[in-house]
Amino acid sequence: MASQQEDGPITSSIRNILTDLLKPTSLEIINDSSKHAHHSAMRGVSSKETHFRVNVVSEEFAGKSTMQRHRLIYGALNKEFESGLHALSLNTKTPEEFAKLSATSQQ
Amino acid sequence: MIKEHGNTCIRITNSPDFLLFTTCSVEKALRPSSHILTRRAALPASSFAVRYLSESTKKTIEDAVTQNKLVVFMKGTPDAPQCGFSRAVMQILTVQGVDMQNSLKSFNILADEELRSGIKEYSSWPTIPQVYINGEFIGGCDIMLNMHQSGELEKLLVKEGLILPEPEENPRA
Repeated sequence: MASQQEDGPITSSIRNILTDLLKPTSLEIINDSSKHAHHSAMRGVSSKETHFRVNVVSEEFAGKSTMQRHRLIYGALNKEFESGLHALSLNTKTPEEFAKLSATSQQ
Repeated sequence: MIKEHGNTCIRITNSPDFLLFTTCSVEKALRPSSHILTRRAALPASSFAVRYLSESTKKTIEDAVTQNKLVVFMKGTPDAPQCGFSRAVMQILTVQGVDMQNSLKSFNILADEELRSGIKEYSSWPTIPQVYINGEFIGGCDIMLNMHQSGELEKLLVKEGLILPEPEENPRA
């Protein structure tokens, strides 16, 4: 996809891990860290990679509840959480759900 | 106007600002499964190493979530959330019509370091806020938002007696 600003180490490992794990048809990783830099938990934290939004579309989610999808991702990113990742906002869809969603949102 | 998108990626916003106005019903997520969660023993051992959860913290958490119908572990307080995700959850519950004074039990994990790490282990879920209904871990902000939008949350809250069924939605002034 379009090259975003340089990926930092956490962004690239999220990208690599999720690509391997989910073989996504679409994967969007948005770094929102700057919006949260002021909040109290982030005091004294200099990392620019703490908060992300991840929108991912993958066949792997078929038959799984939202909770199971999120656990799948959180489980795979254990290391990243230990090394400074603080919040993920996840949007997990199957290609089918995504197609439906695109259809309704355009009416 | 309406354009066909092939596989292009649209951005789905989760911004709390949109909360009050979103009604699109996106996902008829399959819920239930009280067993997915509650016992951490059922989870793959690798996902979260046990490091901090002491028996006393575990007991505090268990008591809290079993003795209260609706419990939220959050950053800050319902009146003054210290994080946008915690705030969003408070907004969702408020919009749903939950009696925030009497029906909600909240814990400010910023005020209790042991609880903060303990709750993450208890649920094997790495982030805050965490919402529990009737002893069951429901999810964090994203899942609450999804369930809010799909109508599933309302059903659950009605079922648990946390809100009354609403005949018709009132438009907000």
